[in-house]
Amino acid sequence: MKALVAVKRVVDANVKVRVKPDNSGVDLTNVKMSINPFDEIAVEEAVRLKEKGTVTEIVVVSIGPKEAQEQIRSAMALGADRGILVEADDSQLGALEVAKILKGIVEQEKPELILLGKQAIDDDSNQVGQMLGALLGAGQGTFASVVKVEGTTVQVTREVDGGLQTVELNTPAIITTDLRLNEPRYAALPNIMKARKKPLDTKTPADFGVTSTTKLKTVKVEPPADRKAGVQVKSVDELVEKLKNEAKVI
Amino acid sequence: MSILVIAEHDNKALNGATLNVVAAAQKIGGDITVLVAGSGAQAVADEAAKVAGVSKVLLADNAAYANQLAENVAALVADLGKGYSHILAASTTSGKNVLPRAAALLDASMITDIVAVEGAKTFKRPIYAGNAIATVESAEDIVLATVRGTAFDAVAAEGGSAAVEAVADVKDAGISKFISEEIVKSERPELTAARIVVSGGRGVGSGENYHTVLDPLADKLGAAQGASRAAVDAGFVPNDMQVGQTGKIVAPDLYIAVGISGAIQHLAGMKDSKVIVAINKDEEAPINAVADYWLVGDLNTVVPELVSKL
Repeated sequence: MKALVAVKRVVDANVKVRVKPDNSGVDLTNVKMSINPFDEIAVEEAVRLKEKGTVTEIVVVSIGPKEAQEQIRSAMALGADRGILVEADDSQLGALEVAKILKGIVEQEKPELILLGKQAIDDDSNQVGQMLGALLGAGQGTFASVVKVEGTTVQVTREVDGGLQTVELNTPAIITTDLRLNEPRYAALPNIMKARKKPLDTKTPADFGVTSTTKLKTVKVEPPADRKAGVQVKSVDELVEKLKNEAKVI
Repeated sequence: MSILVIAEHDNKALNGATLNVVAAAQKIGGDITVLVAGSGAQAVADEAAKVAGVSKVLLADNAAYANQLAENVAALVADLGKGYSHILAASTTSGKNVLPRAAALLDASMITDIVAVEGAKTFKRPIYAGNAIATVESAEDIVLATVRGTAFDAVAAEGGSAAVEAVADVKDAGISKFISEEIVKSERPELTAARIVVSGGRGVGSGENYHTVLDPLADKLGAAQGASRAAVDAGFVPNDMQVGQTGKIVAPDLYIAVGISGAIQHLAGMKDSKVIVAINKDEEAPINAVADYWLVGDLNTVVPELVSKL
């Protein structure tokens, strides 16, 4: 079966971002960018399914600036077979528009499995997979920690509040990955070299009939409220005394 | 304005998170209807009818909704939601699973995890793991949003007297089915609602040590227990105990972080706690920067001493 994996170019997970002084957004100039960590897990899962013989081809897609082809190449170095870059100003696109573009790609490529991260670590929306499921009328296995493909069905164990839930979906199915689904591998140098030669198509949102921009307007972006500086206590006695008499929380 | 709130429940009882969502709905203002979609969920509907500020309860009782499968519930929400100005759900795994799907069915954008209501269509929400707060304005006719429970004080569970109306509509997409679930049983308070949380990180060393050292402290304080991603990944405790950007968001009165260094992703889940205590052997640990009180020492001796002095 064919697998489609969506990856997003985001600020690296270890970077502490700063809000721009004019409150228009966060400052991303000269900041390290990477594949969204959850999407890396989605790529890894697709590659593992290919190694097991379940998946025959992995198509990786990214929607974003021209530079997002770096992330597509990274996914190819991990094992994806070919890539599609939908070049767009992703600040103008919300989750709904992204889902609509992905729907167009799915209709063209007809994958049986569609893997995405459960959320992007920049906007923290956690929406695209679910929206794509709705647009395609396909089942969704969100926050997946175990994926088992059996013929035309997929069993997905999901991380839910309180524990785990297992559901069975008919293919084509959408799977959004949680952190515990797998441990992504590192790309080996020869694979990085090979990835440069793999096919990469460039498209635009209009190719998939999507011309609208998001109806959510970001009015301003502010830093979170600062916490008052704390104090170091020297002993357990001092800690207990402070918690009882100063903070009055116990 | 008319607001539809999706109830969070397990077919037996209403989850407290719903009370926080109703509180957010009251800030928006308007008529509040609660939808209970479940199976054998009459008791939940009766409970929802008593919630302060709720004017109507819709009960969609059918086997198709028994396990909150998104494919079925979202179709119902999208259908019923057409007449409302707002559709709200809790930012729980269930709310996050269902609401975006309903939004796409309504061809509307959605706002995740609102922490403040600035106007009927303007909300604040954290982005970049809580390192920035965005004010977002929606131009959609129907505003859909999930609500971060810890940001809104729960409304009273009693005092209301809404009418319960049955919804006969059954949406069964037939593309997904529930197989099983494994719910972690605990005598302790629920993590996201607890007044005190005791969390352990990689520093506690092992699952055995997590329980030996932290259980007595949590017991003494009547606290819920949490963990950092490192502790979960190392298998010390189950993943539903993870606090952070991708786990649970908590804001208790007192958060005690033991053996947790304080990565950005962990801070995202707890830095709105009223008082933060860090117990760590590393003087340079980033957690100290957000802690109100921090104690540098070996958790294996400090924590038992703390238990004995409480």
